[in-house]
Amino acid sequence: MALIKTEKLTLSYENMTVIENLNFEVKSGDYLCIVGENGSGKSTLVKALLGLKKPVGGSIEFGDGLIQKEIGYLPQQTSAQRDFPASVSEVVISGCLNSRGIRPFYSVKERKTAAENIERLGLTELKNRSYRELSGGQQQRVLLARALCATKKLLLLDEPVTGLDPMVTAEMYGLIEKINKSGVTVIMVTHDMASALRYASHILCLTENKDDGFFGTAAEFLESNASNFLKGGAANGQDTE
Amino acid sequence: MGKILSEMFSAPILVRALIVGILVSLCAALLGVSLVLKRYSMIGDGLSHVGFGALAIAAVMNLAPMAVAIPVVILAAFLLLRLSSNSKIKGDSAIALISTGALAIGVMAVSMSHGVNIDLNSYLFGSIVSVSGGDVVISVILACAVLLMFVFFYTKIFAITFDESFAKATGINVNLYNMLIALLTAVTIVIGMRLMGSMLISSLIIFPALSSMRVFKSFKSVTICSAVVSVVTFVIGMIISYAADTPCGASIVCVNIAAFAGFFIAGAVVSRSK
Repeated sequence: MALIKTEKLTLSYENMTVIENLNFEVKSGDYLCIVGENGSGKSTLVKALLGLKKPVGGSIEFGDGLIQKEIGYLPQQTSAQRDFPASVSEVVISGCLNSRGIRPFYSVKERKTAAENIERLGLTELKNRSYRELSGGQQQRVLLARALCATKKLLLLDEPVTGLDPMVTAEMYGLIEKINKSGVTVIMVTHDMASALRYASHILCLTENKDDGFFGTAAEFLESNASNFLKGGAANGQDTE
Repeated sequence: MGKILSEMFSAPILVRALIVGILVSLCAALLGVSLVLKRYSMIGDGLSHVGFGALAIAAVMNLAPMAVAIPVVILAAFLLLRLSSNSKIKGDSAIALISTGALAIGVMAVSMSHGVNIDLNSYLFGSIVSVSGGDVVISVILACAVLLMFVFFYTKIFAITFDESFAKATGINVNLYNMLIALLTAVTIVIGMRLMGSMLISSLIIFPALSSMRVFKSFKSVTICSAVVSVVTFVIGMIISYAADTPCGASIVCVNIAAFAGFFIAGAVVSRSK
C-alpha cells in the first residue's frame, strides 16, 4: 500500500480546473519532486494533499497509517514571519500541535520531541534565540524542525530553498536528503530542476496542457517529452499564489 | 500622590472608569499582540470608526447605545476579516473605506438630529462620565473570556499568529479562532471607546505590543510584557488626567508614547551591547 495515492484527481482554483485526472502515488521512503511552471496547479495540489481544498473529482487516499493532519508541512515563508518575536523552541514545539486535542499545555513527551528535532537539525545553540534574528537558512531549518515535530512519516516542502544563497541551498538539500535516508518520505514542490533531478527518486511534472504532464521515476523523466520544458518551454502561465 | 489616589478612589465614576479601563487595557494588549503580528493593526482603527457611527445612530434614534454598537461592530469585524483574506480588495484600502464611511454616516446622523443633545467631543475623544454600570459588567465578562482564551488556547493562538498555513495543515480550525479574536476585539473596542474615544481606542491595541516587541524576543515574553505595559500606562495616564485635568484618552496615549520611546531606546541599547 502506498502512503498517498491519487486517482483521477481533479482540482480547481477560483472555478478554473487546474488539475485534471491526475494519478500518482507516493510510497514509503520516496523522494518526490513536484515541478511545473507557475499556474500549473502545484500550490493547489499541496492544499489538496493537506486537506485544505476539496477535490472536484477523483480521490486522494492515505495508506500505511498516514493521517492527513500528520503531514509535516513546510509552507513558504511570509514577510510578516521574518521579524516575528518568537524563540526557536517556541516555533519548533508548535509543530506538535496536531497530536494533541484540547489540552492547553505541551506534555513532557512533546517537549522531548521538540528537543530531539532541534538537535537533529543542529539548532541546539540557537534554541533560545529569537526567530527574527536568524538568517534565512537558519529560519528555514527551524521551520523544518517544526515540520518534523508534526510527522514521523511524510514531509511536504513548498519551495524550501526560495531566497537562500547557493551555499545554504546546498546545505538545505543535504539536510533533506539525510532526513529522507532516515526513513521519512519527502514531497517537495520546487522550481529548481537541476536539484530535483539530482535528489528525487520520482518526479511529478504538472503542465498547463494537462496531457503533457508526467509522473514516474527521475530517470524516466529525463527520457520523456515532459523534460522539454526544462529547455525553456512555455512559461506564460498565471501564478496561482 | 497619596491624596490624589484616595480622592480618585472615593469617586464612584472614577472607580468605574478605572475598573473598565484596566480590564479593557488588558484585553486590548493581549489581542493586540496577535493583531499586530498578523498585520491586522488597522482593523482596530477601522472598527472604532464603525463603533462611532453606530453609537451616533443609536443616540439619534434614542436606542440603547451598546445594544446597537456591539452587534454592528462585530459584524464589521467579520466583514473586515473576510476582506483581508480576499485578494480582490486589499485589506488596507477596505479598512480605510469602511472606517471613513462609518465616520461620515455618524457625523451626518449627529448633524441631522435637531434637539438631541449629543456630545460629539466625548464620542470622538472619550470621557470617563460616559462609562456606565453596564459597561463594568460587560468588561468583566469580556476580560474573563479573553483571559480564558489566552490560557487555554495559548499554543494555538501562537501557531495561528505565526503561521496560518501551517496551523491549518495541523488541523486547527483557523477560521474559528480568527473569528473569536475578531469578536473579542470588537467588544473590546466598543467598551473601550467610551472611555478612550473612537479616535484613540486603537492605540490601546497597537502601542503595548509594539513597545514590548522592541525589547522582548519570544512570543510569551512579548505577550506578558504588553499586558503589563498596557495596564500600567493606563493607570498612570488616568492619574495624570485626574491630577492635571487633561482628557483621559489623550493622557493615556501620551503615556504610551513615552513608554514606546523608552522601550525603543532600551531595545537599541540591548542590541548594540551584544
